[in-house]
Amino acid sequence: MSKNIKLMQGNEAVAEGAVIAGCDFFAGYPITPSSEVAEILSNKLPKIGKVFLQMEDEIAALGAVLGAALGGAKAITASSGPGMSLKQEHIGYASMCEIPCVIVNVMRGGPSTGLPTLPAQSDIMQAKWGTHGDHAIIAITPSSVNESLYETIRAFNLAVKYRTPVLLLTDEIIGHMREKVVIPDKNEVEIIDVKLPDVPPEKYNPYNYTSGKVTPLAPMGEGYRYHVTGLIHGETGFPSQKTDVIQNAQNWLIDKIYKNIKDIEKFEEFQTGDADILVVAYGSTSRSVRQAISMARAAGIKVGMFRPITIWPFPEEQISNLSKKIKKVLVVEMNMGQIILEVQRAACGSKVYGLHVANGEPITPDQIFAKIKEVSEN
Amino acid sequence: MSDRIEFRFSGSGGQGLILAGIILADAAAIYENKNAVQTQSYGPEARGGSSKSEVIISDDPIEYPKATKVNYMVSLTQEAFNKYINDVKDDGIVIVDKELVTDFSKAKGKLYVIDMVKSAREELGKLLGLNIISLGVLVEISGIVSHDSIEKALMKRVPKGFEDYNKKALEIGFRLAKEVKKS
Repeated sequence: MSKNIKLMQGNEAVAEGAVIAGCDFFAGYPITPSSEVAEILSNKLPKIGKVFLQMEDEIAALGAVLGAALGGAKAITASSGPGMSLKQEHIGYASMCEIPCVIVNVMRGGPSTGLPTLPAQSDIMQAKWGTHGDHAIIAITPSSVNESLYETIRAFNLAVKYRTPVLLLTDEIIGHMREKVVIPDKNEVEIIDVKLPDVPPEKYNPYNYTSGKVTPLAPMGEGYRYHVTGLIHGETGFPSQKTDVIQNAQNWLIDKIYKNIKDIEKFEEFQTGDADILVVAYGSTSRSVRQAISMARAAGIKVGMFRPITIWPFPEEQISNLSKKIKKVLVVEMNMGQIILEVQRAACGSKVYGLHVANGEPITPDQIFAKIKEVSEN
Repeated sequence: MSDRIEFRFSGSGGQGLILAGIILADAAAIYENKNAVQTQSYGPEARGGSSKSEVIISDDPIEYPKATKVNYMVSLTQEAFNKYINDVKDDGIVIVDKELVTDFSKAKGKLYVIDMVKSAREELGKLLGLNIISLGVLVEISGIVSHDSIEKALMKRVPKGFEDYNKKALEIGFRLAKEVKKS
């Protein structure tokens, strides 16, 4: 066996991916079903001279992560359900101050304490709109343990490149299941490192709203002095109430993500070529869909799948294009109906059906196949 | 999908059944180069309550990761037996402990009632290792992985100083299964 292949849990793969990505810092507060990410990093990070901090709660944990990132660290936290609700204030702060960080949400059933040990995909809209105010976010939904590792690395890269919080949305199934993972060497994967600004400290502005380029975030302690505030600020970082500055700042937070959507988007198309029905699914649910598709094809129903891997920003253009030739679209998600709203907007020429199950159990291939049959006869 | 084989360990939280599932999946995935997925399901309580650990083994990629048509089930409590027996296939195999499961009114498939607790008590001196005995029984009856592979996977996950104890537990399992297969 020349390759480094291991049987590991999704949460372990996230920790492994973080280390490969060059993660310097983890702060968190343990919560099921995400705790293994913290547990494993508490063991790994100190051994390679990096920092693990258990904080007093989830809010402080993300606060510590943002502080570390301002100091130039690649930083990550992991949580779930109630913990994610607590983190929202600091997610907004990270968006506003453009501080790169990775936030793992191993989704469990909610609201409130909900179902600590059971899966759900019910935080998809929270990922986009959980914190107040206009902003854009990047969120990624891996569907296997192997993908969890590689997408964690990509999450770090996107966070640094676009100076933004990146959410990695797994769920209790992916987080806790074990399967084979091919662990890459550092030189086999792309890793984007934190860079110093290319101007001297006296010429440095921490923000740039008009050039279209993301200014590197100068690590504190390198001689670059600047102001960090959650108030709307100008390019120097100091608060401003000038209408043009405010509008530029608001535009920038959205444009820096949406104008680079081609670089940020990632998706998989599965057997869509001849399909009469398009299933849209993400994360663990897409596995059941894949199995349901082979059942449907064996029964003579031509079905394909579109699977967003980057779920925010939403791949509107792809869905819109596919819906021009595939007139029936079925959205399958482990919640009461979230991404279906986005699909309905994008696939406006097609009839959009939904299969939404939120009972603590993953949606089975049989349930999906039954729905596909119903849609095909409709 | 025809070669997909589904295993389920069921019992009470704390019996080590999740670990038994991990070891089986590791043996199949790493030492026999098959595809294997292990999942678990348990309640919010730390101990007690019904828990299950499932392993799917296949030559093809495994999509849906949970068991729905169980080929082999191990039950180490009556409650888990009653709760999880329904998904066992008609020609499935169910392995239970003679002392821990006594009511077979819900039984399905082919049943093996084995003296695992008694053997643990008599040969290991305690019940610690009951999960590994049941793993040995399952491997011997199913033939899903070789003795060598399961032993390697077991040794990787056993704390230092407990290697011989666990190896003994595994061999007790092999032997009990051979005895029951003969009878």
